[in-house]
Amino acid sequence: MNIVIMVIFLVLSAFTLLAGVMVVTVKNIIHAALWLIASFFTVAAMYLLMEAEFLAIVQVLIYVGAISILILFAIMLTRHVTGEGVRQLYQRWWIALLVAAALFGLLIAPTVVNYSWNTVPPTAPDQAATISSSVQIGTAFMREYLLPFEIASVLLLVALIGAIVIAYEERSARRQVLTLAEEVALRQQRGASLLNAATPTAPDAQHTGSAPSQP
Amino acid sequence: MPSMVEAVPLSWVLLVAGGLFCIGLFGSLSRRNTVGILFGVELMLNAVNLNLVAFWRYLEPNLVAGQVFALFIITVAAAEAAVGLAMIIAIYRSRLTVNADEVDTLKG
Repeated sequence: MNIVIMVIFLVLSAFTLLAGVMVVTVKNIIHAALWLIASFFTVAAMYLLMEAEFLAIVQVLIYVGAISILILFAIMLTRHVTGEGVRQLYQRWWIALLVAAALFGLLIAPTVVNYSWNTVPPTAPDQAATISSSVQIGTAFMREYLLPFEIASVLLLVALIGAIVIAYEERSARRQVLTLAEEVALRQQRGASLLNAATPTAPDAQHTGSAPSQP
Repeated sequence: MPSMVEAVPLSWVLLVAGGLFCIGLFGSLSRRNTVGILFGVELMLNAVNLNLVAFWRYLEPNLVAGQVFALFIITVAAAEAAVGLAMIIAIYRSRLTVNADEVDTLKG
């Protein structure tokens, strides 16, 4: 039975690391997001393997359900500059590789190899191993972790309002709700002006009578 | 009841989590796309959570602190992702790019 668990763990960890490598190296950013979802799933499976079932469910709900959908929306809103033709890594990406490998080699590997962790002695067969359950987590959130729990809720509210304020700043400055066609026309005009500012010699071809209708 | 504690040593889990952290570090340092940088940060947070859960399961399985801390990290990660993506969208609206090396107004 132990060998089965070990094989499951090895397969899961191999897939987690593979998905992580694909996330950071694949060219298409949508594919990177899908690999990120795969790595979230395998980490959730590892939580299940470590008998943290509530955390596994939370991982699937929040990471796979919420954060990845948010990321996919952000990619689609900024889509046509993130295509495959664009270079995805910095020119000196090998410095980053060096830093990451050095951190792994200097910090993690010696710690793991040399240090002997004082793990819990195996419980006697008549005595069941006490693992903190979801009920205990809920009780702890309502008792000794009540203040951090409330602070976390305030933090989420602040993040929610902050995200709305940051992302909708431009529209609130105009104080007028545009139709979709007007929005597209405004975006094209502004994109043309930005591109012309970047390359002043480009011909001014975007003024085709699609003027925005607000002052 | 077989469990992972007898089957897999703790250091293997720590190695996997450390590898995932370093992969995320490499991603967030080397990607040009800011969304890709956020991917790296999410990978690193996942690795930290994996570490926390491993320490909780192997060292102190009768205390709830390990799982509670991991839950708080997930909460903060959700807030960070929301604000970060909103900032990316705002940058894209004003500069029509999401590449981190092209947003260089502060460079002087």
